[in-house]
Amino acid sequence: MAEEILVWIVWVGAALTLLSSGLAVVLFANPFFSALALIANLASLAVLYLLLAAEFVAAAQVLVYAGAIVVMFLFVIAYLGGRADTPWAGGPTLQSLAAVVAAGAIAVEIVVVIGLKAGDRLSESAAVRDSFGSPAEIGRLFLADHLLAFEVTSIVLLIAAVGGVILGMTVPKPEASDG
Amino acid sequence: MSGPGIAAYLVISALLFATGALGVLIRRSPLIILLALEIMLNAGNLALIAYSRHLGDGDGQIFALTVMVVAAAEAVVGLGLIVAISRLRMELDVDKLTSLRG
Repeated sequence: MAEEILVWIVWVGAALTLLSSGLAVVLFANPFFSALALIANLASLAVLYLLLAAEFVAAAQVLVYAGAIVVMFLFVIAYLGGRADTPWAGGPTLQSLAAVVAAGAIAVEIVVVIGLKAGDRLSESAAVRDSFGSPAEIGRLFLADHLLAFEVTSIVLLIAAVGGVILGMTVPKPEASDG
Repeated sequence: MSGPGIAAYLVISALLFATGALGVLIRRSPLIILLALEIMLNAGNLALIAYSRHLGDGDGQIFALTVMVVAAAEAVVGLGLIVAISRLRMELDVDKLTSLRG
């Protein structure tokens, strides 16, 4: 019983941090703070993954996102300096209002569809072994059942790396710009 | 499984996805739009992992890891584009980058 209460406390804390830091990423005027809020977002997401018995994915999440992607974002923001700030308030208010309504509609839509289609089947989860989500299990799945996905993934990463280098080194003619 | 059921995770995932969609719609800086895209991808990942735990099947976790790889590739290409745009001295504002508009 004590363990159950502890899990609930951790879950509520992680979920609140997740949603509030997600809003912070979207609403902060300074992109540097947005990127830092994304770290909090990813960390609380990793806590939720741990509660869902996905230890390896949680570790990979922190390594890949907080360790690599957010650092890359911070480098680019530092490189751009003041030019990275496009103030968010500039747009027409009607457009912002429509955006808020649309985002709320998406959320309501997803929740209602899940509730209607799967509501009664979500109450009981399958029992899983202790090895579920462990690196050994993930490795077995990747290299036995999903080898093609694994190999295609490496090709995607290679192409992205080559594309990043090409985008970074090409300096097109300035007259191609239309400002 | 102790703690809240899968439905609670799915609701959180839907709210997170809506937050990311709000960011894409409301902001004009391509950097912030990329960050909001990462949030949306993460919301999808959360739903995948919640269902993976619910069904007791590890395939959802494999899918989530693949999505993370795609997200990393997307961030590389997106940031490369942003740096290239800034080198051209064009304004970093998606409402003003209209040269591809028909």
